[in-house]
Amino acid sequence: MADEHNLVLILARGLASSIATPVFLVDPEGTLVYFNEPAEGILGQSYADSGSMTLEEWGTRFRPIDPGSGTPIPPEDLPLGIALTHRRPAHGPLHIVGADGVAREIAVTALPLFAKSDEFIGAMAIFWEAEG
Amino acid sequence: MRARIWGSRGSLAAPGPETVRYGGNTSCVEVRLANDTLLILDAGTGIRPLGVALGADVPRRIHLFLSHLHLDHLQGLPFFGPLWNPDVEIHIWGPPSPTRTLEQSIARYLSPPLFPVHLQDVPCRLRFHDARGDLGIEEAVVRAMPVSHQGPTVGIRIESEGRILAYIPDHEPGLAVDLRAVEPAWISGHGVARGADVLIHDSQYTEDEYLRKVGWGHSSLDHVVQFARIADVGQLVMFHHDPLHTDDELERMLDRARELWGERPNPPVLAHEGMDLDLSALPKRASA
Repeated sequence: MADEHNLVLILARGLASSIATPVFLVDPEGTLVYFNEPAEGILGQSYADSGSMTLEEWGTRFRPIDPGSGTPIPPEDLPLGIALTHRRPAHGPLHIVGADGVAREIAVTALPLFAKSDEFIGAMAIFWEAEG
Repeated sequence: MRARIWGSRGSLAAPGPETVRYGGNTSCVEVRLANDTLLILDAGTGIRPLGVALGADVPRRIHLFLSHLHLDHLQGLPFFGPLWNPDVEIHIWGPPSPTRTLEQSIARYLSPPLFPVHLQDVPCRLRFHDARGDLGIEEAVVRAMPVSHQGPTVGIRIESEGRILAYIPDHEPGLAVDLRAVEPAWISGHGVARGADVLIHDSQYTEDEYLRKVGWGHSSLDHVVQFARIADVGQLVMFHHDPLHTDDELERMLDRARELWGERPNPPVLAHEGMDLDLSALPKRASA
């Protein structure tokens, strides 16, 4: 492990650990380096138990489905995958089945994270319960 | 490698009878490599007497590292004698910004109406560099990494001849983080301080004061002691003293820091003007 994560990731983790909305943090390779307690219901594990997860591990864990077509969404087409690949914000609705077996309609907002020196250091995704 | 502290006060210079033991000048540390290369950490008001002490023996090349550009780390720069010597080349290193260059940022201070002389009219030869990553300065490796403070700020780690000096004068590693509960890689500044022989670190607030100043960018005594223990540093030097803290209050803070330090060797010490730190004389540490 590196001596230290980038400061932006450290500060983002501080924010995520302090709010009630589920948050994922990933590094430039897509590895899930942190998720907060409210996100545990999505992944079915605590961060303390799981540690970091690869893109393939977390991207399929909650079985994301396009609510329009009903087809599974591959990790790279999730908002977080788009933020990582194209380094731009992305937002979209998802149908997921959490690790607790409960189906949910949610929306995800993902944004790329750049350090002061314009260094790309990963992305953050925020999960919202869909209204209605 | 040797270091001398020329200013250990934070936020604002605080001269007066109640601060004579630890000094009232703001952040400035002189570092000398084995070949006498001069590195200066920050340009608070302490850099003025450093310039006076250099006198006619001023080196022709100086490396000045600015941890950040808050005034208590920059205010002394135009009063640093070598700045006015055309025979001197000063390399200024500072935190990168996406919006303006280091030169542009410093020029906002060295220009009217804040200062009568424009930066471009300073007679010495100035070279500006972004401080990021590992930098080779003579035989030393200087690492500059962003740390948690208000605005772009770097901590500085100097490795030379097997010794490590870490300098993080303004730092709030405990902001929204339980230092005891997270892995070290999730702690701001750990990569700067890890295994250092000497860590010069922000110790601005008592634990009670910090509760009213969360997010201001500084450390409580509990934070700095925890941080130093996790980073396994050899000697913690408490730095960036609050301008409202008298000498007597600083010594009470030192007692509390030592209580928190426990039975480990080399309890914390308070930085004071004129303090000499001879890293070459320290025994080599097994963990470094």
